[in-house]
Amino acid sequence: MLDTLIQGLLLGGLYALFALGLSLMFGVMRLTNIAHGDFIVLAGFAGVLVAGALGGQAWPAALLVIPIAFGLGWLLQRHLLNRTYGRDPLPSLVVTFGLSIVVQNALLEFLSADPRSLPTGGLSTASFALGQTQVGVLPLAIFCVALGCTAALQWLFARTAVGRAFRAVSDDRSIAELMGLDSMRVYALATAVAFALIALAGVLQAMRTTVAPTDGPQLLIYAFEAVIIGGMGSFWGTLIGALVLGVVQQIGFRFDPGWGIWFGHLVFLAMLVVRPQGLFPKTR
Amino acid sequence: MTAHVVRSTRSSRVALALSLAWLVMAASLPFWGEASWMREFTEMSAYFIFAMMWNLLAGYGGMVSIGQQAFFGLGGYTMVALANLAGIDPFVSIALAALLAGLIAVPVSWVAFRLQGGYFAIGTWVIAEVMRLTVANIDAVGGGSGTSLTAFRGMDRTLREHTTYWVALAAVVATLAGVYLFLRSKQGLALQAIRDSEVAAESQGVAVQRTKLAVYVVAAFGGGLAGALYFVSTLRISPDAAFGINWTAFAIFIVVVGGIGRIEGPIIGATLFWLLNKFFADYGTWYQIGLGLLAIVVAVAFRQGLWGWLQQRTGLTLFPTTRWLQPPAQAASDAAPGQP
Repeated sequence: MLDTLIQGLLLGGLYALFALGLSLMFGVMRLTNIAHGDFIVLAGFAGVLVAGALGGQAWPAALLVIPIAFGLGWLLQRHLLNRTYGRDPLPSLVVTFGLSIVVQNALLEFLSADPRSLPTGGLSTASFALGQTQVGVLPLAIFCVALGCTAALQWLFARTAVGRAFRAVSDDRSIAELMGLDSMRVYALATAVAFALIALAGVLQAMRTTVAPTDGPQLLIYAFEAVIIGGMGSFWGTLIGALVLGVVQQIGFRFDPGWGIWFGHLVFLAMLVVRPQGLFPKTR
Repeated sequence: MTAHVVRSTRSSRVALALSLAWLVMAASLPFWGEASWMREFTEMSAYFIFAMMWNLLAGYGGMVSIGQQAFFGLGGYTMVALANLAGIDPFVSIALAALLAGLIAVPVSWVAFRLQGGYFAIGTWVIAEVMRLTVANIDAVGGGSGTSLTAFRGMDRTLREHTTYWVALAAVVATLAGVYLFLRSKQGLALQAIRDSEVAAESQGVAVQRTKLAVYVVAAFGGGLAGALYFVSTLRISPDAAFGINWTAFAIFIVVVGGIGRIEGPIIGATLFWLLNKFFADYGTWYQIGLGLLAIVVAVAFRQGLWGWLQQRTGLTLFPTTRWLQPPAQAASDAAPGQP
């Protein structure tokens, strides 16, 4: 039982990294990025390719992919997604759905359907004993990274000028512009930060297990469920939501390997019915 | 001499006449056409009906769902289960499957309607995934690998193909006529008011939630119909084929490229999709990339789609759902109404 709980929490840490970027983009722009999962996969593949070019070095590759993703996110928002801005959610949904199809098929075309992973030199299999449970070193590291990212985002939003700008355009775009903010630039920055998180998540996913071109939609759905379970008030809520989802899936897997994911979905739907505002709806 | 409301245009009367001529031609196709044409039409009719329903849901009801494959798959699987396991005639099962899909949409809406906008979209997707995973674990319908429609065993092949084709044609006509008449009715007007402004519609006494639920149920019914029809034609079903996201992806493509929020849109979009499919489907991933890029370009640069673009230039309206008020003087001369 304790083992299931620990493995679930560690899995949840990875889901939290998936979810933070989605939560950020929705929070600032009310923009739902359907290609979110596909970009995570793309980042994972980018990590694999860069590591290959660097002679198998995984960590420098990770450090290189993140700033590239930051720039890509900025350009994407600035030149494409900002044009879909409006009260109607349809254009942004169609555009990100289109991107999802383009990314998936481009990966299939150029890199085949095979799952790939980032070699970590034994780190992904290293573990230590905690009582009767084996705790993986890499999953624990990912969990700590997720904690750190959540804290950093929360600090960014609550304590810095950039965060204030994010909150201002989110609350009332016209007033924020009257105060001298260029909301389109703020949006570009928000997406850039979200994409840096996406890249981090993708690279870590590729280290922990594998990435395959068609994995994206699943990752999007986990991220989405974590955001909704957690409530849209804060990034801590998203983290808790991801941990809950991880534990629930792990319990499901323990019960029957074929039903783990299904059980996670079911708890999410039950949550929607019982508490649609999520666990932590209050903005802090 | 009083003002009166005009509800048709010269082009719409011509369109109606042409539609009737097309219908006569299409209905007699089995007597002069080839079997492959009928199969192709049946397949396209499933895409078309499904797209019409997505248009109703997103273009008129403002509910952008990317989980409509839930009802497509449900329709397909219900038809197969009723025909294979309960021994009901497959063609009767199509109607029953559509009804069941509409019925299931009521409890599904209790969950889905908790979410709005973009999150509604992904939420509906999760619901479709739950259905896929559930069906994949039911051994009676073949589990993850699916099953074949065996109920046609012993039926004459030509008879089966002709009947399937006529059922598909009838479903297409019923969908078109149904959506057209609904949008011209009082409830249809209410729906278009909701699309334009939910708050304003509510203040005019429109029951917003009830109308949205009704549209959701009708769209599920149509989705189930499309699914049942498709798998009656292909004779083989599997969870991944039935509940695949690509159904909704193609519907979005057809509607957005053709022109969302207009009946002509899906007709144009489906025709274009059929042509693209015919000539470029062999290019596989490049074809998919092209469809995705085209949808992005249209969503950013031509929000009204192909038909909207054409309409702006020509003023053509084939299926008018608008009411034009004509002042008395003009009414007497019975001129074709201009654009509002």
